[in-house]
Amino acid sequence: MSASWVHILFALLLAPLFPGIINRVKARFAGRQGSPLFQLYFDLIKLLKKGAVFSSSSTWLFRAGSIVGLATAFLALLWVPAWGCTSLLQIQGDFFIFAYLLGLGRFMTMLSALDTGSAFEGMGASREAFFAALSEPALLLGLAVLARFTHTLSLSGIYLASPTIPLPVTFFLFVTFAILFLTENARIPVDDPNTHLELTMIHEVMILDHSGPDLALIEYAGALRLWVTGLLVVNLIPFRTGHLFYDLLLCGLALAGWAVVVGIIESSMARLRLNHIPLLLGVAFVLSVLSLFWVVK
Amino acid sequence: MSTEQLLLIEPLIGGLLCGFISKNTLRRSLLILFSLGHFVLTLFCVVKGPDPHPGNLLGADALSLLFLLITSTLFLPVSIAMSRYLARQKTEEKPTSLFASEAVFTAALLLFLFSMTLAILSQHIGLFWMAVEATTLSSAPLICYHRSAQTLEAAWKYLLICSVGIAMALIGNIALMVATSFDPALTDTSLAFAHLIQHAHQLQPIWIKIAFVFFLIGYGTKMGLAPMHTWLPDAHSEAPSPVSALLSGALLNCAFLGIIRIQMLLRAAGLEHFSQELLLFFGISSMLIAGMFIIRQTGYKRMLAYSSVEHMGILAVALGCAGSFATFGGMFHALNHSLIKGSLFLTAGLILHRYRTKNIDEVTGILQRSPITGVLWILGFLAICGVPPFSVFNSEMSIMTGLATQHHWIILGLMLLALALVFIGLAALMPRMAYGTPQANTEKMPPEKPIDWIPPVLLCATSLVLGIWMPAFLRNVIQMAADQIGS
Amino acid sequence: MITQLLTAAILLLTLQMLGSARLGVLIRSVALQAGAMILLGIFSAHELPNWHEGLLLLTTFLLKCLVFPLLLRRALRETVIHREVEPLIGYTRSLFIGLVLLGAGLWIATRLPLPPKTINPFQLAIALATIGSGFILIVGRVKAITQTIGYLVLENGIGMLGFVLATGSPLIIEMGILLDIFVGIFVMGILMLDINREFDHMDTDKLSTLRDL
Repeated sequence: MSASWVHILFALLLAPLFPGIINRVKARFAGRQGSPLFQLYFDLIKLLKKGAVFSSSSTWLFRAGSIVGLATAFLALLWVPAWGCTSLLQIQGDFFIFAYLLGLGRFMTMLSALDTGSAFEGMGASREAFFAALSEPALLLGLAVLARFTHTLSLSGIYLASPTIPLPVTFFLFVTFAILFLTENARIPVDDPNTHLELTMIHEVMILDHSGPDLALIEYAGALRLWVTGLLVVNLIPFRTGHLFYDLLLCGLALAGWAVVVGIIESSMARLRLNHIPLLLGVAFVLSVLSLFWVVK
Repeated sequence: MSTEQLLLIEPLIGGLLCGFISKNTLRRSLLILFSLGHFVLTLFCVVKGPDPHPGNLLGADALSLLFLLITSTLFLPVSIAMSRYLARQKTEEKPTSLFASEAVFTAALLLFLFSMTLAILSQHIGLFWMAVEATTLSSAPLICYHRSAQTLEAAWKYLLICSVGIAMALIGNIALMVATSFDPALTDTSLAFAHLIQHAHQLQPIWIKIAFVFFLIGYGTKMGLAPMHTWLPDAHSEAPSPVSALLSGALLNCAFLGIIRIQMLLRAAGLEHFSQELLLFFGISSMLIAGMFIIRQTGYKRMLAYSSVEHMGILAVALGCAGSFATFGGMFHALNHSLIKGSLFLTAGLILHRYRTKNIDEVTGILQRSPITGVLWILGFLAICGVPPFSVFNSEMSIMTGLATQHHWIILGLMLLALALVFIGLAALMPRMAYGTPQANTEKMPPEKPIDWIPPVLLCATSLVLGIWMPAFLRNVIQMAADQIGS
Repeated sequence: MITQLLTAAILLLTLQMLGSARLGVLIRSVALQAGAMILLGIFSAHELPNWHEGLLLLTTFLLKCLVFPLLLRRALRETVIHREVEPLIGYTRSLFIGLVLLGAGLWIATRLPLPPKTINPFQLAIALATIGSGFILIVGRVKAITQTIGYLVLENGIGMLGFVLATGSPLIIEMGILLDIFVGIFVMGILMLDINREFDHMDTDKLSTLRDL
């Protein structure tokens, strides 16, 4: 139990490091020195000190979006296990709770985007809704396959038994969850987090109007979501030492390694055309169905 | 060196030789020479009689002899017509593609003969498959000899559809191999036809049925059974006319031979009702579809191609009906169809050479311009529709008698309907080409040379003679083939 | 374990071919698929292959993994366009049809009476799915070269079906089959080049002058 608290504390403290690592890797690939690893911490402190500007046409929904986003990210953290230690809360079927907590956060972000009444945010919200709808079957099917294989319905139970999963299934689900990670967190090849060109933004456009503390909440929630969805991917690695402290340490290192991999992916690919993204999500779905066949046979 | 091996080696050597000879006239004479040699060897084999114990790979049993006779008899006049056709072509500049050179064309023609002979003589399922695929590959360059949009389209469609069909037949091969692996007492799992028929009861029935379905679809594609016939009108209408004669008259028979052999296996295993129903179904559909499409044709070679589809349907119906009448009629019909279709395509080639158009509407008054061609056209029309005294009437009557004795009344009724449809279609299209006043732009036409019309006349006359009197040796050959199927 | 990985690789390659538009990727994938199949045949067998099986495997490997991609790339060199732009069956749809085919293959593999020497029913399902995917490529794509690659995939699937059902022909027959496929690809390649020269494109759906309906 206390181990779970340790893990949550680590996550809260170290989550902003995740985007820092990704950006550093991207910068190094581009031949630049890059911003410091702790850049997001500095940004958060800076943003919290600033005042916020709200559009006169927005309502309470606009402020609620950022708050609920952070709240759901934090709650999702409570249900995900790390290597060797179970999550703080676990019940049978909690992967649904997890998936829909992330969905709720996304939903509130979309609502707050629509609330501004601007065309750009609406465009971003509709695209985000589309891709989220396409990625949901893959996510749930992948988790269901894992549940079927390990005969438990709880995320902790599933991931604790991951060394017993056959290698091809692990590989398929790894790729599936990797694609879903990139979709969920608006990374290349699904969306470019650096671009601010109107026609190409998906996630960035929804937070365009947030400023000051709201933006700080959103950025921090984004870092937490990176951590949480990264845990989904990293937990599949079938390696456990059995000792709690070492497992947590290695889990953190694995997450950092995954951040480096994401940075490499982002540096080596270009963003996909919008009408090719359903194909990518279709591939994720197909891979999860393949792993289903493997379990069924 | 047995006669069978000679029969194979002769066109193979001929093909390779012709590929390297650069002098056109020498090559064309070699073509006729090699086909004559093949014909003589075939007669020799027929006189010798069928081999009661054919080997594991190659052998000339009764079925092989009949189909060999058909193929060789057709190839000889066609090779004469082919040489004339090639001689008439204007010599162009250096051919742009490998398939546009005359040497490669002649080589492919003789290799085509080789692969057909191999298919007919093969006694092993795998070897038969190889040979049929080889016929597809060697005949594809023949179709697109003249570079044009339509010939390339026809050749590509032919190559792809037939290759996929034959891949289906390969699955059938595998299914048959699986069928042999169930009974532990069956130690020799060779796929020779005679061996399989001998041990038919030790094969797994479900897998034999699966094999038959795949063979029917696979070799049926090659044979031109509907609905797998879509390549046939294109390929047979765009190829040079002597090549069309070969494709219609010899190649379709080879594919039919494969289906016959599998049907024999199913009959030996006691599963013939399953296969006969399927054969009747595909046969009648081919006839009806051909009947429906033939009426709306605008090109006379395409019309002849649909007639081939119809006759292949008749052959399938004959095989699907048990009893001696139908089987004898089917074997006789294979011979007759080849003779008459060969004659018709060669005549069509003469018409194309004179009128320079493939459209039915633009060709009128053949009887006035070139009388012999016109007579051939009319007689061919009568023959292919089954009018006595041509032999097609005899074989079709025999098949229909067989249907009646086996009480397939619905099939008989549909067959008569389809024959009537085809007759209406052809009667609407063919006679008006021969009669009527010729158009003004056809004044200057080269005179008919005997060497041009002798091959189709020979084929047509043979059919006429066979309709009235069947020589004993031929009846023997056909009867032995029918007995081998029915036994 | 290696057999599991190889089976997964074959499956993934099949699906990649269904979802990919780039012709170079297709050529490479079909060669890799043939190679994975041969390796699977070697590793699944209970004993080492004897000399004529080994010869057959070696010839198949040389032809399918080296010669055919070479021939296809030569045919590709003359064309300008290296992507399949507007297929008849879209890429996502092809992917899902491939999944359905795999499911159908699994269903068939469980229903059929399998011979006693069968290696693995799941591999039978994958062989059937590969055959079906070959069909999808032939029917649903427009460029002549993709149809040729579809034919190669079909032959790959049939080869896999052959060794999964533990059947074998005499060496000469198998070699003959390989020779036929080789000559077939050769002839298809020449025809493709001719079509490209004549029309300046390789889209077979534009070759539709000969029709009845």
